[in-house]
Amino acid sequence: MTKPLHIGFIPLIDAATLIVAVDKGFTAAEGLDVTLVREVSWSNVRDKLNIGLFDAAHLLAPVAIASSLGLGHIKVPIVAPFNLGLNGNAITASTALHAAIMAELDGDRFDPMATALALCRVVAARRKSGAEPLTFGMTFPFSTHNYQLRFWMAAGGVDPDDDVRLVVLPPPYMVDSIASGQIDGFCVGAPWNSIAVDRGVGQILHFASDILARAAEKVLAIRQGWSAKNPELVAALVRAAYRAAEFVEQPQSQPEVARILARPEYVGVDADVILRTLQGRLKISQDGTIRESSRYLLLGREGAPRPDPVQAAWLYAQMVRWGQATISADALQVAKAVFRPDLYDAALGRDGTLEDASLAIGAFAGPAFDADDIAGHLAAFRIRSLEP
Amino acid sequence: MSAESSPKIAIVDESPIRAAILEEGLREAGFTDVVRISEMQSLLSRIYALDPDVIVIDLENPSRDILEQMFQVSRAVRRPIAMFVDQSDAASIQASVDAGVSAYIVDGLKKERLKPILDLCISRFNAFSKLQDELDRTKSALEDRKVIDRAKGILMKLKGLTEDEAYVLLRSTAMREKKKIGEIAQSILTTSELLK
Repeated sequence: MTKPLHIGFIPLIDAATLIVAVDKGFTAAEGLDVTLVREVSWSNVRDKLNIGLFDAAHLLAPVAIASSLGLGHIKVPIVAPFNLGLNGNAITASTALHAAIMAELDGDRFDPMATALALCRVVAARRKSGAEPLTFGMTFPFSTHNYQLRFWMAAGGVDPDDDVRLVVLPPPYMVDSIASGQIDGFCVGAPWNSIAVDRGVGQILHFASDILARAAEKVLAIRQGWSAKNPELVAALVRAAYRAAEFVEQPQSQPEVARILARPEYVGVDADVILRTLQGRLKISQDGTIRESSRYLLLGREGAPRPDPVQAAWLYAQMVRWGQATISADALQVAKAVFRPDLYDAALGRDGTLEDASLAIGAFAGPAFDADDIAGHLAAFRIRSLEP
Repeated sequence: MSAESSPKIAIVDESPIRAAILEEGLREAGFTDVVRISEMQSLLSRIYALDPDVIVIDLENPSRDILEQMFQVSRAVRRPIAMFVDQSDAASIQASVDAGVSAYIVDGLKKERLKPILDLCISRFNAFSKLQDELDRTKSALEDRKVIDRAKGILMKLKGLTEDEAYVLLRSTAMREKKKIGEIAQSILTTSELLK
């Protein structure tokens, strides 16, 4: 056994790979002695990783980039040799907002352009009647949740800074907040959308994959300095995570994975909800309608674990679009260098050829993403922040 | 805020006892403008209404992420920043995270003025967890004593021993088995429960 490692995580379904890696002994098989530490906030995970209390962490991909760029907090370079979750987010609307959007809908209800245009009409009608602006919850300023929500509504003509309110809420508070009417909708990861539906307070409007075909939401984050000093440990962690991610995707092992995650020390919610999530079968409304999607929550399949710097560039572009970062070629390089497919390939003995050629962002609106021309790409979007 | 006046400090903590200990410490040190927030609903609007110079929050509080949003809101009159954002104080950050507390300062307050506040919060947080540990230990000692008394009663009844003899038997068994007396007593209770 090597020196003990401490890995922080937030109780969400996309921590499955890490939890299973430790609980099913994939890390021990690599000679690693890992203790998982459950955390209550992304700020805590970031800070404890940054100051070395954690050796690695389940982290929001944009936080890893923001930390490397020194945005909003101290600058600590982070590397991500492994994606822990793609496409696990969803947008839920309160029962009232969902009905209002459906009443204005002109098109397919799973077509994000149709719902965004409908939202725009709902927002305009509310403004005319003098009603309070709609409020949406998301989990962190630097999160794909924030960017997906903004991308979606802006495509329909809603300015996320002027026309609605966006507020940060810890995921476990989302359901209570929509139930009490404090917020009208939210974008959050599993299992919280399903729990809102089960409690009868909201309906799932979109899977994140309606908005972006492929979005890296969570990564295995490691301090760059630690990674450089401990290449064998990083490689062993990547291998253990890879085996765990494969295990999690096996239909026959998913009931067991759901039972493991359901335990109070991990995610602590009902195993049936977790199983539906892992299977990509979500109940989207109180009448029991199930929506299935093979694009939902990619953990080990479709080459999901391999970090793609294009994803990092897209996230950086969103930071620029919404005024969190200034645009510069250097910053773009720093952002892209956070995602480390080379570490992934080295650990698994791959030659770097892609497992899946369709690694595009695949946004439903705007031109195809060009990682080499952020300014040109963003020029195509009318609604954007002018700051900083 | 003038340089001389006491900065306004908001304590965000769901533990009323710890918040009270912290407030008392701050007041003793001459920081008279202290407000406690224990209700997490509409946290952000309460903070905007208070307009504090320093925000102190415990790290067990999921609402910490809500505070991070304040760095983003460009329309707010004053923007808070995380403690020691200039990266010169890694040791302070480490000490505060170890103690379980985090602080945010709002634009306009000099960094030197945060240091004594944060140091005080760290020492009070550490004192509180020490208190909590002692309380837990006392509780478990009390628990042990109850268990031992009941085990003694069982031994006295079953083996016709005096109370002293029952205690000596427990103690010698514990020594022989290299266990705590409380553990031996607990196993007697469990066994007697099973054999009932």
